Amino acid sequence: MPFLKSTLSRKNLMALTGLFLCFFLVIHLLGNLQLLLAADKASVSFNNYSTLLSGNIFIKIIAYILYFSIIAHAVDALVITVKNRKTAAKYAYDERKHASKWYSRNMGILGTVLLIFLVIHFKDFWYVYKFGALPLDKNGNKNLYVIVVNAFHSWWYVCIYVVSMFALGFHLLHGFKSAVRTLGLYHPRYARYVEIFGVVYSYTLTIGFSFIPVYVYITQYIK
Amino acid sequence: MKLHLKIWRQRDAQSNGALVDYDLDGIDQHMSFLEMMDTLNGQLILNGDMPVEFDHDCREGICGSCGMMVNGQAHGPVAGLTVCQLHMREFKDGATIYVEPFRAAAFPLKRDLKIDRSAFDRIIQAGGFISASTGSAIEANNLPITHDMAESAFDSAACIGCGACVATCKNSSAALFTSAKVSHLVKLPQGKLEAEKRVIQMVGQMDVEGFGHCSNTEACEVKCPQGISVLNIAMMNWEFNKSSLLG
Repeated sequence: MPFLKSTLSRKNLMALTGLFLCFFLVIHLLGNLQLLLAADKASVSFNNYSTLLSGNIFIKIIAYILYFSIIAHAVDALVITVKNRKTAAKYAYDERKHASKWYSRNMGILGTVLLIFLVIHFKDFWYVYKFGALPLDKNGNKNLYVIVVNAFHSWWYVCIYVVSMFALGFHLLHGFKSAVRTLGLYHPRYARYVEIFGVVYSYTLTIGFSFIPVYVYITQYIK
Repeated sequence: MKLHLKIWRQRDAQSNGALVDYDLDGIDQHMSFLEMMDTLNGQLILNGDMPVEFDHDCREGICGSCGMMVNGQAHGPVAGLTVCQLHMREFKDGATIYVEPFRAAAFPLKRDLKIDRSAFDRIIQAGGFISASTGSAIEANNLPITHDMAESAFDSAACIGCGACVATCKNSSAALFTSAKVSHLVKLPQGKLEAEKRVIQMVGQMDVEGFGHCSNTEACEVKCPQGISVLNIAMMNWEFNKSSLLG
């Protein structure tokens, strides 16, 4: 069955899992925007939202697809990279970089940065929420808000977060367009719109995800 | 012009190669790059040395025979040219120029700058054709093809198979070459009949030959002397996915 074993099918898996992760990131950012509310409102809203997500069967299915997508995306990238290393040419004098964007050639490095960030992110928030002993807020919900805000009160944590979000931005800048092309959108008119959408999407997510921890960090001194 | 050349010399695929230094004087700036190489070879022969071997044929930029890495770029620093159409006026007097063969696991080196690109031939043999009965061609107007589609098919068919797309790709992918032929044929009524089988077989052969995955960096389009669009790759992917799932 050629759909499962060729160079193109491996890229299809990258594209499908990547596009699902792109979709998930939008939902994630919309949830994070609640952190920009006033502290008392943000706490209630964010913790309600977290409780709602953890108790919903539909969200649980999405979560399992998410875990699968992250692992499949990373493992498939590793398989593709190993195979590409075997076929790749080495030149004594190499100036091929002039023909393409740096981030399109370094998706593996950007992806590794994101994977390291995800491990930290899951350990600090997801694991603590799922398996840690969290304090409860006044509504009886697990107080994830206080964990997140405390993390964003550390300048070094905000730096790691923002650097990782820029890695995400460059990863998306190439990845979104690449995924759509891999799946086969070839009409010149629509391909152009997808390219523009991909750029706007990447900038929006990078700025959105980066702004929130910076805002939380700065506002701790303003109050 | 005076030039300092660093040229890859290698006896055969089994031997180790290295960059060898050559100083060349009296080069006219209106010479093509291959004429400069001819001048060097003339001197090497007079000195009793082996000339530098490289592929070439038409020297008009249309046959796809020539191809080498000049200063680390496929066909040299100017976009949209084969190396035979690259002229010495693009270089400064006294410049150092690095010359290496196109490299890829699927393009074994034969000698010096000469490589074996027969992997491309086998991809075409796998499906890059139409099965037509012999005899006279039918009246052209019996086949309804819009002008735009004919032009688009011709743009895809313009690939000369030089291998610059593979040489410049960080993964040595042959996606642009293969997709150009898949797209060319699927855009025309004659090619649609075997479209499903063709794309599966050509992509399969591309993988068998040991070309890498396409990362969509678009370097192939930038260095293609014929300006073949990467949208051909998207079209090949669409045809492949359609044939794999529904065919």
